[in-house]
Amino acid sequence: MHNFITYYLGTGFWTSLLSSILPLIWIFPYALVAMWIELKVSAHMQDRLGPMRTGGWHGWAQPLADVAKLMQKEDIIPVAADKALYVLAPVLVFIGSYAAYAAIPFSPAYIGANINLGIFYIIAVSAIVVLGILMAGWASNNKWSLLGAMRTAAQLVSYEIPSSLAVLAVIMVAGSMNLNDICAAQSGWFWNWFAFGRFPFLFITFVIYFIASLAETNRAPFDIPEAESELVAGYHTEYSGMRFAFFYLAEYANMFTVSAVATLLFFGGWNSPFGAFMSGPVWGLFWLLSKAMVLIFVQIWLRWTLPRFRVDQLMYLSWKVLTPFALANIFIVGLWTVLK
Amino acid sequence: MPELRTEEMVLNMGPQHPSTHGVLRIELVVDGEVVVEAIPHIGYLHRCFEKHAEAMNYQQVVPYCDRMDYLASMSNDFSYVLGVEKLLKIQVPERVEYIRVIMAELQRIASHLVAVGTYGLDIGAFTPFLYCFRDREMILDLFEMTCGARLLYNYMWPGGLSHDITPAFIEKTKAFIKHFRPAVKELNDLLSYNEIFVKRTANVGILPADVAVNYGASGPTLRGSGVKWDLRKDDPYSVYHKFDWDVVVGTGEMGTLGDCWDRYMVKVWEMEQSLRIIEQAIDNIPEGDVHAAIPKRVRPPVGEVYVRSETPRGELGYYIVSDGGQSPFRLKARAPSFSNLSLLPAISRGYLIADMIAIIGSVDIVLGDVDR
Amino acid sequence: MNANEIHERIKTAFPDAIIEFKSEGVFEPFIVIRPELIREVSRYLFEEPDLNFDYLMSLSGVDFNDGNLGVVYHLHSMGRKHRIVLKVRVSKGKPDVPSVESIWKTANWHEREAFDLFGILFLNHPDLRRILLPDDWEGFPLRKDYKVQEYYQGMKVPY
Repeated sequence: MHNFITYYLGTGFWTSLLSSILPLIWIFPYALVAMWIELKVSAHMQDRLGPMRTGGWHGWAQPLADVAKLMQKEDIIPVAADKALYVLAPVLVFIGSYAAYAAIPFSPAYIGANINLGIFYIIAVSAIVVLGILMAGWASNNKWSLLGAMRTAAQLVSYEIPSSLAVLAVIMVAGSMNLNDICAAQSGWFWNWFAFGRFPFLFITFVIYFIASLAETNRAPFDIPEAESELVAGYHTEYSGMRFAFFYLAEYANMFTVSAVATLLFFGGWNSPFGAFMSGPVWGLFWLLSKAMVLIFVQIWLRWTLPRFRVDQLMYLSWKVLTPFALANIFIVGLWTVLK
Repeated sequence: MPELRTEEMVLNMGPQHPSTHGVLRIELVVDGEVVVEAIPHIGYLHRCFEKHAEAMNYQQVVPYCDRMDYLASMSNDFSYVLGVEKLLKIQVPERVEYIRVIMAELQRIASHLVAVGTYGLDIGAFTPFLYCFRDREMILDLFEMTCGARLLYNYMWPGGLSHDITPAFIEKTKAFIKHFRPAVKELNDLLSYNEIFVKRTANVGILPADVAVNYGASGPTLRGSGVKWDLRKDDPYSVYHKFDWDVVVGTGEMGTLGDCWDRYMVKVWEMEQSLRIIEQAIDNIPEGDVHAAIPKRVRPPVGEVYVRSETPRGELGYYIVSDGGQSPFRLKARAPSFSNLSLLPAISRGYLIADMIAIIGSVDIVLGDVDR
Repeated sequence: MNANEIHERIKTAFPDAIIEFKSEGVFEPFIVIRPELIREVSRYLFEEPDLNFDYLMSLSGVDFNDGNLGVVYHLHSMGRKHRIVLKVRVSKGKPDVPSVESIWKTANWHEREAFDLFGILFLNHPDLRRILLPDDWEGFPLRKDYKVQEYYQGMKVPY
């Protein structure tokens, strides 16, 4: 049983519909919470309080107010913009990040689509985001946007290589591309997690994956496509209101995707760290989400600590540092797996 | 195979851009992301300082001086009142000189904190910026308790000061010094020696010493190129000769001498030197009346004078011509940012747009100072 | 080197360049140079090893209010640590002064500023445009006989 909905409704139209809507029910509250966490975490790191008034207790309603503001904002489409592409771009970006949710096993009892090529599918659909961003940059008819879009295309394509190579090492150890199977292979106590397996090589793999995933989500220190102080706002300079909100939402959705994937691949996914203690379908959901949130916190932490890379340094890091290391890792992990 | 034809693109950076530090417009000719030519266009903040000055009393000019380099108002006033006092041949009491030096050095720290913090912001590090502003806030509080204003003080008058300092000021200044020493270290750990930060700023925007001198650069921009030149030492004014401190210069330890990192780091080191001066001055302020030497009417004899002093941004000079009347016949302000900005085209060719941001930030201009 | 010695050096090198030299009763001694020769004198001051005026502190335009405009050069030598003030006077009718931009790059923007505010024409300046005021501004505001224009692009100027 991989999908509890199938258990009650069987396979058919309603199951597909429910399964495809379920992650959405997660994304919206998660995005609001993550926004609030980001506001508060950054504030406390910077010796200030952050929002304190909206909603009363520690400004918990600030993200809600932000969303309400974005929804009310005038929707501006520049006269010289390529209208069709301009409108399509934010939707495409969000689709790219949302489609990945289909293959994430949130709990032992829930995965949208238990496909055998799960991780491969996630890597593939995430690449749609590049198209959306390129479209946005081109359609805005703004030089800054175009520069931002070009940077994004280069960055995302480059960083997919080390991240895919890192994933490959795990696949070799697990012997499967199905995320549920990969998770199951890490069951038991936390020392069975892949992050601690084949020590230290899989942990290095995790570091490579995490760095590359930061770049794929355009988060600092890799926020070069947006690079506020250089490109004003990069590819979404011209966007306002809901269309901008879509980009924003996609960024947070993406943050969760990469964190969830990292959790699934390296930190046991929905497995409890304490063997059979506190495990089960509902605990599984809890463990996956909390592990992913910890990684999201690390992403936020890094963002508010580090300065930004330059374009050429970014490429250097990807092609000359991460990719060779990932390849060497694959070789060693593969050898270890074969000889074992 | 035929050559792929590429075209250069003209990119307008500013007047509204997050990293031009005000309303500066730079016309960038770029080849991809490589800067081929950078042409600064200024004047968006021109407030006719020199024209206004010709219609006002000498005392009334002081608030206008405040507004030139609005991050270093004390230093601007300092230079101006030195000039007027020289024209009037006034000797101000020792106490006034000491307080002026303390204020100018506090202002230097405050101004450098903005420069250093916003420079981190340009490079993409947001957090150091707020740490710097937290510390700057303490200095602004000190100014506030002395003269009531936090940004534009009108504190130094020809012949004296508007208010005397209080014992609480001395106490709080000492507390600030105690707080600030570790804060500089924290800043260095967080930003100055950060691997990414060094990679972004070292070997970028290299300004050779001879070019710097030829373009009339001054202040940290000049010292970043390794030229040991500080008016407080080399053309001493007020009571600076009484204190023991060092002129810091760029070392090129992270890359090439005169790169962005050197210009940045000189500011950080200068803050420490300013602390040393304040420490020595704060304990030895002589007694006296800060209002004693203020003249009732300022009517300098016919003559002209060029005074200069070291503001946080460099050499601020005033060329004051008096025709014996009660307002200046001609008042020219030689603004440090004006000359420093003019060398931007010379050091930005061939770098990336991202480096351009680093270069503008490291030259540390204030557009109020450039445009006057 | 003090002002008198500098004056002597210039006098020997350019016997007909100096119009006036004043060192008594002023805050800073100055030398008034014939405008046609300012570039040659500047280059001499810049290049002679024992004069070595490598730093142009300030270049100001002045309206003397007697029908003449002037440019004042405040020079300084970083190596020798001495300074001198040069002045030129030109009539308002023909305010031509050779540019010293080729000697000190500082002069580039300072001369543009003097042109912008006083209308002094710097000969052989590579890029003599207005710098602080808009390109289509009329008149030169710091001249003593300046009358502000009524309208600028439909906006009333005097308030």
